[in-house]
This record gives sequence, C-alpha cells and structure tokens, in this order.
Amino acid sequence: MDAIAIISIFVLAVFVGFEVVSKVSSTLHTPLMSGANAIHGVILVGAIIVADHSETNLELGLSLAAIVLATINMVGGFVVTDRMLEMFKPKKKGGE
Amino acid sequence: MNSTLYSLIGLAAGVAFILALKGLSHPKTARRGNLIGAFGATVATLSVFLYVTPTHSEEVGHSLPLNNFWWIIGAILIGLVVGVPAARKVEMTQMPQLVALFNGVGGGAAALVAIVEYLNLGAEATTAEVIFTVFTVVVGCVSFSGSIITFMKLQELMTTRPVVFPGGRFVIAGTLAAVLGTSVWVVAALGTTPLLVLAVLSLLFGVLFVLPVGGADVPIVISLLNAFTGLTVAASGYVLSSTLLIIAGTLVGASGTILTRLMAEAMGRSLFGTLFGAFTAKPQEASGSAEERPVRSGSADDVAILLNYARRVVIVPGFGLAVAQAQHTVRELADLMISKGIDVAYGIHPVAGRMPGHMNVLLAEANVPYDQLAEMDEVNPTFGQTDVAIVIGANDVVNPAAQTTPGCPIYGMPILEVNHASNIIFLKRSMRPGFAGIENELLYDPKTMLLFGDAKASLTKVVSALKAL
Repeated sequence: MDAIAIISIFVLAVFVGFEVVSKVSSTLHTPLMSGANAIHGVILVGAIIVADHSETNLELGLSLAAIVLATINMVGGFVVTDRMLEMFKPKKKGGE
Repeated sequence: MNSTLYSLIGLAAGVAFILALKGLSHPKTARRGNLIGAFGATVATLSVFLYVTPTHSEEVGHSLPLNNFWWIIGAILIGLVVGVPAARKVEMTQMPQLVALFNGVGGGAAALVAIVEYLNLGAEATTAEVIFTVFTVVVGCVSFSGSIITFMKLQELMTTRPVVFPGGRFVIAGTLAAVLGTSVWVVAALGTTPLLVLAVLSLLFGVLFVLPVGGADVPIVISLLNAFTGLTVAASGYVLSSTLLIIAGTLVGASGTILTRLMAEAMGRSLFGTLFGAFTAKPQEASGSAEERPVRSGSADDVAILLNYARRVVIVPGFGLAVAQAQHTVRELADLMISKGIDVAYGIHPVAGRMPGHMNVLLAEANVPYDQLAEMDEVNPTFGQTDVAIVIGANDVVNPAAQTTPGCPIYGMPILEVNHASNIIFLKRSMRPGFAGIENELLYDPKTMLLFGDAKASLTKVVSALKAL
C-alpha cells in the first residue's frame, strides 16, 4: 500500500473517531470504553497473519500467545459490553 | 478469495466499527452498536482464514489453508474458554478491573504481534516499517504492564493511593529516556537482543507511569491506555498492510483520546494533573489522623422519622452501596417513600462507582427506573430545596474539600452539593476515608447524621422502621 493512501485512511479515521464520540453522555462512558476496548481486539487478525507467516518455533509460540490474548480481548470485551448494555434497556414498572 | 474481496471485507468491518462507536454513544442504540461491532470483528476474523497475505519475501502467498491452521484454531479456542466465562461471570462492581485487564491483554497481543513482525522483517524492510514495529512493541508493552497495575489497584491487590518514592520523577524520566534511546538502537541495529531490552524497559516504564496515579484517577488512565492500544493496532496495520487494522486502531485511538478528555473533564481534572499530580502536589499528611472528633450518629428509627417528614429526598449512591449489594434495598426504600408522597431522586455523580457511568450500570442492574436517575448538573441546583440527602457508601463525590481546599487531591472535581440540603444522612461502615483517601469535613457537620453499619443491613432496618410509622 502506498504511503499517501495509508496517511489518508489514518487522518480520516482520526476525524471520524473524534466526531462519533464527541457528544456521549457520562452515563455511557463505561460501556463506550469497554466497547472501544473490544474493537482493538481485532489485533487478532494481525496475530493470525503473523502465525501464518511464522517460520520458527519461537515465532509460532509468540504468535499463538498473541492469538490467545487477542481473542480474550475481543470476545470478552464484546460479551461484557453487551451484559452492561442489556441492563440499560427501557423498563416499564419495576420488577425483578 | 482474491485480494480485492478481502480488502472490501476489511473495509466493511471498519464501517461496522464506526457504526458501533456511533451507536454506543446513545443509550437507545448502544446495545445494537455493540452487536454491530462484534459482527464486524467476527467477519474480519473469518476473512483472514480465506485469504493468504503475502509475506515480505514472496509476492504471492502460499495456498490455503493457512500454515499452522490447527494451532491457530486451538489458540482461539483457548482464548474463548478463558475470555467468555470471565466476561459472563464478572460482578458488575468489578467491571472496571475487567476492562483494564482486557485492555492489558490487547496491548500485550499487539506487542507480541510486533515482536514476531520484527523477527520476520528481513533485509528489505523499510525504515518506516521498522519504526512502526518498534513503536508497537514499546506502546503495547506500556499498555500491558500499565493495565496490570491499574487492575491491581482496582482489585485492591495493592494500595490505591499514589505510590511516590524519592526521586520518582527522575526515575520515570530516566526510564523514558532509556526506552527512547533503546528504540533508536533497535531501529539502527536490527537485532533480537536490543528488542528484548526494549520490551523489558517498556514494561518497566508502564509500571512506573501508573504507580503515582491515585485510585480515583485510575479510570482516566485505563481510558488513556485503551487509546494507546488502539494506536498500536493501527501501527501493526501499517506493517501488515491491513486497512482494517489501520481503521479500527485509529478509531479506538482517536475516540479513546476524546473519551479520556471527557472523563477528565467530568472529574474536573486535567490529564496532566492526573498523570503527574502526585509529584507536584504538596505531600498531604493525613491531617490529624488519629484525632477523635465528635460525630452525630443515629439509629435506623431516627433516620426513618427524618424521612417520614421530608418532602424531598435525594439519594446519593456510591461504590459502598454496590459493594454491600444494597441496590435492591435502596430501590425498596425509594419506592416506599414515593408511596408516602415524598419526592425522591437519585443524584448520580458522573464518576460514582469506580468508573464514569459505573453507578448507572449498577442501578440499572437493580431495575431502578431510568427517569429517577438525575445527573449532577440537574440535581445540584435542587439541593437547596431538599430536606434530606442520603449518602450511601459515597464519600469523595460529596466532599466539599473539592471546592474549598486548594491543594487537596480532589480539588476542582465537581461534587454533588449535598451540603446545601437541610439534613444529611451518611450510611457508612466506618470512619475510613474514601477511595481517594481524603478526610471529609461534611461528616462532622452539625446537620449530618451518621448511620453506621453495612449499607444493606442499615437500609433494611430503615425500610422496616419507615413502614412502621
């Protein structure tokens, strides 16, 4: 990929990132942080790519460790965010 | 799958992440937003199994399936077995620790990916690629070790107070200089040993960087480290030529930075003050630590009588409420008061609990109706007309020292001004100061009544006393 394309993607993504969360209420800070946290779990994609490219046992071992950690980050992150948000669903008349 | 399709799937996943963050910013769409994000991440992960990315040495990749396919599947399964139960079983009160931990492992994963990339770079690697790889190793390691320390602080495995040692700031500055120096060495020399040294120094820096941060400020640091991890993912995307990783990582980096600033604002802190405050603040010796001062403590019956004749009551819940699992009992009390015609509201401080927005999650878990939760700016002007403010397991968020005592660690943090209410009731376990470790003058105020004991037990007694009236 050429450098200009990458810089363009990067700069645009920075602005989109700033823009989408600029007006979030403090009520949602925790779930938003947790959700954003889950999104960077896509480093899993990178971990799988380097596992595919690994040529030595050392490289493979490190890549597999990265896959384990990235999976925990990604899947755990989305699950826990969902659990939090499930409680925000609108409720009529209280009840257990 | 050809490379165009693979790239388009990556782009679609990137769009899903933008929609996810957008959705997460509004209460109505938050859950759907998170699911869209999860869907995007799943699709992106599946797509790597269908396309072989070429390495530096070969123009075209080998054929499918991926090398080490079963190893990869096994590692993913281990991650699922560890991650899913942890996420499902965690108590809502322990949420901040888990988020810190998940962020830490993400940073660790990014650092490991970068180390493997580095070992693989070979002679044709461009300087830019080497620099991005080194950046990922450094920031990923800092994020990993820093998150582990925030986890330990939140889990109270170590002191929640700022850890400062003599010459601390020079040690930190020295470590940072060493990290930067070693980075240059690694870029220039391209060796495994310098990289190892760099990783160790970066881990050390992460620890030193978080140690001086006080317990109450830890959430801001988690958010900052979250943004750091995002940037490392973006840098990995550059080296691995993955548009998806660049978009996802940059989004998290940018939104995380904004979120960090919003949180710091909600707490009335500057980011700089949060990170380095412990070094600049004059050492606050526990003012009159063991000194006995008179407080007015009451019984559950006294509290019930006070409430029975009140017209307006504001409940200020804090982390102590959640620890005692008293959310349901407090709702029972609120319902009882409402049935007696008393105007009841919950005053929620933005950082009540251990993390911004944490208390809203905890009360939502107890089915407290959303419209009874009043944000700080709404509720503060009403304290003048409030007969009773009940502070349950909260301390720092109502401490007037934040407005009156320059130099105290929470000075400048917006507080719930319960001191303007006619009567204040504190439900406390003991006279121990709050998470930030600061004495609260309000406890000695003549219009304050203290009800000692476990929040849940005390509330249950108040409820039955109020029913009897």
